[in-house]
Amino acid sequence: MLTVPLLGNIASLEEMLEPVALAVKKELADIALGTAKKAGASYVDVRIGRYLNQYLFTREDKVQNIVNTQSFGIGIRVIANGTWGFAATNTVNEQGIKEAAMNAVAIAKANSSLQDEPVVLAPVKSHGEVSWTTPTERKALEVPISEKIELLLKANQAAMDNGADYISNSLFQVNEQKYFASSEGSYIDQDVHRIWPTFNVTCIDKENGGFYARAALSSPMGMGYEYLAGKKEDKIYGPIEGLVMYGNTYDIVEDASNAALQAREYLKAKSVDAGKYDLVLEPNHMGLTIHETVGHPLELDRVLGYEANYAGTSFATLDKWATKEFNYGSKIVNLFADKTQKLSLGAVGYDDEGVQTKEWDLVKDGILVNYQAIRDQVHIIDQKESHGCCYADSWNSVQFQRMPNVSLAAGQATYSVEDMIKDVEKGVYIVGRGSYSIDQQRYNFQFGGVLFYEIENGEIKGMLRDVAYQSNTQEFWNSCSKICDKNDYRFFGSFFDGKGQPGQISAVSHGSATTRFDNINVINTGRKI
Amino acid sequence: MIKKQKKNIMSLLNQEEAKKILSKVIDLSKAEAIEVNIEGSKEGNIRYARNSVSTAGETSNISMSIQSSFGKKSGAVTVNEFNDRTLEESVRMSEELAKFSPENPEFMPPLEQQKYLESNGFYEKTAEVSPEYRAKAALSSIAPAKKNGITAAGFMEDYSYFEAMMNSAGLYAYSKETGIDFNVTMRTEDGTGSGWATRDFNDINQLNAAEASQIAIDKAMMSREAKALEPGKYTVILEPAASVGLIRNMVYGMNARSADEGRSFMAKKGGGNKLGEQLVDERVNIYCDPTNKRVPGQTWSGDGLARQKMDMIRGGVAKNMFYGRYWAEKSGVAPVAYPSGFIMDGDENTSLQDLIKSTKKGILVTRTWYIRTVDPQTLLYTGLTRDGTFYVENGEIKYPVKNFRFNESPIIMLNNLEALGRPERISGNLIPPMKINDFTFSSLSDAI
Repeated sequence: MLTVPLLGNIASLEEMLEPVALAVKKELADIALGTAKKAGASYVDVRIGRYLNQYLFTREDKVQNIVNTQSFGIGIRVIANGTWGFAATNTVNEQGIKEAAMNAVAIAKANSSLQDEPVVLAPVKSHGEVSWTTPTERKALEVPISEKIELLLKANQAAMDNGADYISNSLFQVNEQKYFASSEGSYIDQDVHRIWPTFNVTCIDKENGGFYARAALSSPMGMGYEYLAGKKEDKIYGPIEGLVMYGNTYDIVEDASNAALQAREYLKAKSVDAGKYDLVLEPNHMGLTIHETVGHPLELDRVLGYEANYAGTSFATLDKWATKEFNYGSKIVNLFADKTQKLSLGAVGYDDEGVQTKEWDLVKDGILVNYQAIRDQVHIIDQKESHGCCYADSWNSVQFQRMPNVSLAAGQATYSVEDMIKDVEKGVYIVGRGSYSIDQQRYNFQFGGVLFYEIENGEIKGMLRDVAYQSNTQEFWNSCSKICDKNDYRFFGSFFDGKGQPGQISAVSHGSATTRFDNINVINTGRKI
Repeated sequence: MIKKQKKNIMSLLNQEEAKKILSKVIDLSKAEAIEVNIEGSKEGNIRYARNSVSTAGETSNISMSIQSSFGKKSGAVTVNEFNDRTLEESVRMSEELAKFSPENPEFMPPLEQQKYLESNGFYEKTAEVSPEYRAKAALSSIAPAKKNGITAAGFMEDYSYFEAMMNSAGLYAYSKETGIDFNVTMRTEDGTGSGWATRDFNDINQLNAAEASQIAIDKAMMSREAKALEPGKYTVILEPAASVGLIRNMVYGMNARSADEGRSFMAKKGGGNKLGEQLVDERVNIYCDPTNKRVPGQTWSGDGLARQKMDMIRGGVAKNMFYGRYWAEKSGVAPVAYPSGFIMDGDENTSLQDLIKSTKKGILVTRTWYIRTVDPQTLLYTGLTRDGTFYVENGEIKYPVKNFRFNESPIIMLNNLEALGRPERISGNLIPPMKINDFTFSSLSDAI
């Protein structure tokens, strides 16, 4: 069987992980720091990164592809004449680093005539030489490929045995080995691991020319292979027979079996009547709703206009925040940011500009209280400390403000999903992440889901199809009337969240318990072509 | 700065350099078959917002993908380090991965040498763009914005790129290209108006950042104090930036296998696919041509298949679908590679202004945003209008309107076609402005 790691250049990778290699990285970083300072930079940070990915792709009884990728290089960011400059290279030797460092300074100087106000950095503690590693029981890249493939194919077989026509089943595994050094005296070594098993099970209605693809109810996690243990205590049995959801571990074989049965059921389900409904949204679905309607609008760079040309700006403007009484949501809504949550995708010890990570409130008792901000932004909101949410997706991408884990606090009172459904007269229970679209200021959105169930007079009547809901972010969160308790709290996340120009991805989790929103506009998405 | 650029150009290998390193890797192989792709790029960018530069940078990288196979077992490794030891380790690792992989019955052996069309998308001037050039372009956008009480946010990215592949069956392919993308959002200082413009070219000499910026400024000024119209079905005039997302999704969705398997808008009731069937209005012609001088593209796809000039939709009828090598063999047809871009015919004698003039009542949509699949079976998408939406009456733009959310299928949309205008380059494609009847807006958005 293969041993660690599965990727090319074993020798140098091992060297990089040994203490001697750490010294090598420090030496390389110091070349960059020294060169850029000498060229006129007032601040320099250096990221030496090795990014390892393994993607496994299967369908039905076949392994389509096994892909290992490895990328190694150095990114150098400087401030010169009060202006940012950045250069990166995969030529990680003295000459390559010196050239990149001087290039970064040249770029900063070339642009400084366009800079009205110099960059202001919030102070950060010098950490000296420190390290951080994602806690894992079994690093996914150390698990033999045969074992992983066997599990995926077993899940595929389970789906086919239960009536699926097709299944596409993938396993994404990521390892970021990041070394950060700055002219302010920090040398930070981090080893970050993430995993995401996901599939689509498709059932075809050949006679009527229809099909439905039921997505997995897994979540991407900041974990090792232990996520696929599928422990009994992590299973959450839904209010409908055959509906099983998952907490901190995932049973992919069981979920694939259920997916086939549910996809087949969907094809014969009742098409929803458009109208107003109370929505009961389970956490796997809520994740993306939180992501789009809270995570993105509260990114300070968006609020300030730095993302105006791509992702857009935000309705949650500084004047609203400054009133200290802007009702983002109803009084039971508490939304917080946290870069330290265990098992989450966003968890790291330090962000990509050397700030130690932490937790902070965004919306407290329904009121907007804070944003997500990094070192060159916090002075704009009269704060002295970066929130520690700066990230770059590669050594050759410049770091910038990225969304931390943003989560909805569970309800304080004991309240289960069953209790919630009992209290709904006319509603839809929505499970899983579906289609999602939101405007560039994060007002108007339309979200779908994976599974939909009609609720009438406190009972689930049956499955629905063709469901999507539309609302406005502030109205939506103010219609939040109930949140289940912490026993129902779990993560969903986004493995490939996009932002910036050039575009970068990041991975972020969103925790919540099942949540109810009243009187929401549901549309019917059925069409004929 | 030019001197520095030439040093960085190391990430761009020429034909001979690429051949040399690929041959070296092929020679290291102990597998039954090996296929190696190498690609490298040098990219520079400048990003500005709030009338000031926010980030700027240059990066260079080169990476290699090695796929080894034994029978129908294969394994792939990607690396970006090229010393002898790393290359050997990487080849061995791909072989080990292949040995540990189960057999893939759909595995296709490496292709023999193919014949490729000639296309030129590489321009030296684009490869030599300096930080000073980028700063100047940003200034040509920021200065007029400031003068007009507008806040500019924009992005310019230039790149040089090469890709080459070689396999143990004797195939060798090489291509290189340059490109420049520029886009800018102009917002009025009071936040009540927003305009956008985008340009993309292979040759930097074609870019006029100031001209594009002025269009965005004009749209921002025109879009202030938008009125709310009721959502519903409207005649719309879609600028190319407004329709490209929907049409691209339709063209790239013409995959034969998913249709034959019954899980695509191209699947036929009762089985089979809709190849040869009338899909949309008979005036719709969409084709691929990597040699087109306005949108030149790589003439081979990543697996070595030749990209051809080929109709996708002609006279509204589906003329071709994309076939991967396995599905093509199974279906008894020739494989059809995905293109680098597509071209939709329009009417060269009709301008956008002409389309507006001929409209009694309608909505001019200059851009759409956040387009997502709602139902893959009907190709239903949702998304929003953005950065300049206007009410048109009796041939004139009357006033700006609030943005709408739409729920629409490009198939339904192109069946409701009224008129086409002169095609423009957008994101590597050529698309005409078009007038569509009964376009479905489902709700209003407060976003500006």
